[in-house]
Amino acid sequence: MSHKQAYHGGIVILFSFAIAFILMMFPLAQELEIYRPKLVTLVLIYWCIAVPHRVGVFTGWIVGFFLDIHTDSILGLHALSLAVVAYLSYKLHARIRLYPLFQQSFIILLLVALSQILILWINGSMGEVRGDWFYWIPSLTSTLLWPWLFYLLRNIRRLYGVN
Amino acid sequence: MFNDIRGFFTLVIYPLQSIASMPDELGFWLDSQLNSHQSLVDENKKYRAENLLLKAQLQKFTSLQAENIRLRSLLKSSRKLQDQMLIAETITVDLDPYKRQIVINKGLLSGIYAGQPILDAYGIMGQIIHPGIPSSTAILITDPSHAIPVQNNRNGLRTILYGTGSANFLEVQNLPNNADIKEGDLLITSGLGGRFPEGYPVAVVTEIKRDPGQPFAQITAEASAHLEQSREVLLVIESEGVSKDSSAEREQKDEP
Repeated sequence: MSHKQAYHGGIVILFSFAIAFILMMFPLAQELEIYRPKLVTLVLIYWCIAVPHRVGVFTGWIVGFFLDIHTDSILGLHALSLAVVAYLSYKLHARIRLYPLFQQSFIILLLVALSQILILWINGSMGEVRGDWFYWIPSLTSTLLWPWLFYLLRNIRRLYGVN
Repeated sequence: MFNDIRGFFTLVIYPLQSIASMPDELGFWLDSQLNSHQSLVDENKKYRAENLLLKAQLQKFTSLQAENIRLRSLLKSSRKLQDQMLIAETITVDLDPYKRQIVINKGLLSGIYAGQPILDAYGIMGQIIHPGIPSSTAILITDPSHAIPVQNNRNGLRTILYGTGSANFLEVQNLPNNADIKEGDLLITSGLGGRFPEGYPVAVVTEIKRDPGQPFAQITAEASAHLEQSREVLLVIESEGVSKDSSAEREQKDEP
């Protein structure tokens, strides 16, 4: 692996996160807003599985930190939850790679739900109560989106030779 | 210190937010570009009539203001007369769907500070919570963690208006069942608490439920400001001298 190739791949990863961020910010109608999948989390999980030697807990923390700044939540909230998600996907990457897509989606459901639980707990400990079931819908939509996102990102990764 | 860090890193987030809001901006731009000549003429006519009307009202207002100054000087009480305003634009991006917050395109570079009240042409919208360098985040009065001190414009009854988290509705939680408040009452800022300037419209009471079994009446109000639609917002600039004046006034009120 030459140095130039590695650099090139970094741009692709950065760019995929930027697109995910823009789609997370994109204004939607209020009725649709609650269905928005956690795209940034999904992209992070994908890169953790695909290139675990490059994307890991640190990247997860940084990405979460910027998500904190965007959503104006307490600093470290998304950073912590995405760092945990990145750690678990790093730990499980060898297994997840072998699963068929259908089974992968279940792991994704668990990971995204876990990140949401962490956010719910931390927010709850500060007095922000979100008591409705709609809160969990993004986990489901993220799960449904995963197979498509997986194919898309895998093709992009092969096209640009990110490794 | 953490707020400084947050403010600094908005430099990274702001370009992404600008890109995300581009389709909306484009729609707005197209809307203004593709207007027919006739509709522009009509609009112009409408604004001209409105301008005339407002100017006529302003004449009366100026004389009233002069009278007010004179009377107040007789009473030896000073008072803030006019608020300085700064215009900013909202950036249409979605933040946390469970909060009511907006992003505006002015930040520390334009002298924005935390706690600065924002309003639109129709009433109070909210206040700045996290000023960043190029942009700032503001919390709307409908956010569940926001409360604003208000008074009833009809009789001066003071209370606190809480956000509910739903798009346009607020609630009064602690007025007793026999409080003198009616549907259609306008609630204006009371200026207590020292954050919001006094006398701006906040909400109109839409529904009152008086349940004898409950200690307090359940009062719902609808925000006067067009919270979800306003593109341009006004920021109130509080100058140093003014805040001194108002504190002096408060001291005077306390004395007798």
